[in-house]
Amino acid sequence: MIEFSDLHKEYQGQSVLGPVTGAIEKGGITSIVGPNGAGKSTLLTMMGRLLDPTGGTVTIEGRDVFTTKSRDLARNLSILRQENQFTARLRVRELVAFGRFPHSQGRLTEEDLEHVRASMEFLNLTALADRYLDQLSGGQRQRAYVAMVLAQDTEYVLLDEPLNNLDMKHSVLMMRQLRRAADQLGKTIVIIIHDINFAAAHSDRIMALRDGQVVTTGTIGEIMRDTVLTEVFDTPVKVIEVDAKPIAIYYS
Amino acid sequence: MPRSEPAPNTPNTPSGPTAAAARRLPSLPRLSPAARIGLLAVLVAVAAACYLLLFIRGSFQFAFDRRLTTLGTMVVVAFAHAVATVIFQTITHNRILTPSIMGFDSLYVLMQTSMVFVFGGSALARTDGLPKLIVQTVMMVLFAAILYRWLFAGRFANLHLLLLVGVVLGLAFDSVSSFLQRLLSPTDYDMLSVRLFGRMSNSDGSYLPLAFAVCAVVGAVVWHRRYRLDTILLGRDTAVSLGVNHKRELTLMLVLVAVLIAFATALAGPMTFFGFVVATLAYQLTGSHEHRFVLPMAFLLGLFTLVTGQFVLQHIFYAAGFLTVIIEFAGGIVFLVLLLRKGTL
Repeated sequence: MIEFSDLHKEYQGQSVLGPVTGAIEKGGITSIVGPNGAGKSTLLTMMGRLLDPTGGTVTIEGRDVFTTKSRDLARNLSILRQENQFTARLRVRELVAFGRFPHSQGRLTEEDLEHVRASMEFLNLTALADRYLDQLSGGQRQRAYVAMVLAQDTEYVLLDEPLNNLDMKHSVLMMRQLRRAADQLGKTIVIIIHDINFAAAHSDRIMALRDGQVVTTGTIGEIMRDTVLTEVFDTPVKVIEVDAKPIAIYYS
Repeated sequence: MPRSEPAPNTPNTPSGPTAAAARRLPSLPRLSPAARIGLLAVLVAVAAACYLLLFIRGSFQFAFDRRLTTLGTMVVVAFAHAVATVIFQTITHNRILTPSIMGFDSLYVLMQTSMVFVFGGSALARTDGLPKLIVQTVMMVLFAAILYRWLFAGRFANLHLLLLVGVVLGLAFDSVSSFLQRLLSPTDYDMLSVRLFGRMSNSDGSYLPLAFAVCAVVGAVVWHRRYRLDTILLGRDTAVSLGVNHKRELTLMLVLVAVLIAFATALAGPMTFFGFVVATLAYQLTGSHEHRFVLPMAFLLGLFTLVTGQFVLQHIFYAAGFLTVIIEFAGGIVFLVLLLRKGTL
């Protein structure tokens, strides 16, 4: 379980998040949704200890993420940000192998190579293993990053907009792959996602943010309601049922 | 760089084992990074042997000892500039800037100039010795350490700001130096100007044991962290996610860079573009991004450049003193070409 309490972040005296208190349950997929500027990325990057908070604490299974040794934490928690810029020109295989760094400190064992192979296979990257990242399409590159994070083989996986750059087909594939990682590998996955319907269709829980506050957290059934969504997104939303699944309509 | 590229329109999702095997085949004749380093090491050994043993006139012992000292200096200079530049470019996430931009060369020039200005030109030669070398090195490391501490401990922990401050301070030091130089007598200025260009051949052999020791210690620390440096290539966030203590690595590496450059500058004078050239060549020729290959490659390339350059200039053109001038000239041109082609830092 990831717990955060009194967590807040200010820039030049202006609050961008919080103070917020809450928790992300272990197991399954939790989607963080909310309008632009709600503080979703800020919350996620602080949970992943990439950003220092102005105040408050984050614990993962009782361990404070900001004081626990980074190397130990990296075997338990991985985080992928939206933009990734690398100085070196890397092949897919080399990038995914970096995911094993917390376990091997650079010297890859047979077991590490097996993990690398498996996570490339998991994301259908085997055929692209020897391509350079700059020879890939945006979606393929996105999958390569996710493969690196999965190769890290951590219980908790935090992903900032993994559907960025992905078309309809690959968005669905990515969500199914994450679903599989949660169900078969028993991982706890937290993702930021823009499309509320994608979140509803593939995740177990939704955490909704607005104006730097957690508005509500709950199961799909609890969140996918006209009143809740209308409040969160500050725009009229209507939820209808299609094939017994809730779909939010907000285009009118 | 030669590389086997798959056809641009290859369908990218499923592909059988045969396709993967066919794609791997064309890359077979390429040399592995380790083989390339071995090859270069042999070339360096040959060049060093030629430099030490050929064209000796008069006493063999005298010439050999002198050349051995020069070779030792070249080893230190090549090591310091190559390693410092590669590390610096890794932690600053760019492949154009070099440590010299942090104002190191300018500080060295300013120290020399103020010394002549205050004590006269003869003071340069009178004070030469180990203490002066150490004092100069300590001052330059202190300068870097204070700059880094101030910038990293403060509210604006930002590498680009650090670089900017380095550039501005460098310019300020340059202006003060050139002002002071205008006030010097022609004789003093003449004595000073000899010190303001890198020189391999007239450095004192008594510094070398210390210089080797410093290089060995720094080299050991860097080698121990070679894989961590690789992760830093992925950027701060990814490195932290992989469990690297990014801030600590950054500070340590900047201090090591300061030590290396300060020592090399104090020993053989300022060289602005040498590190840039060998690092750029090393990225191109190594065939890998891994520091365990790039660092030795850069060092050997640097040494090869210096030894062959010195050999050719000394015995064919009789102009040994111009080696660094030529390297800087060529390096500056490469720097400008790359900068113009890239269009940004």
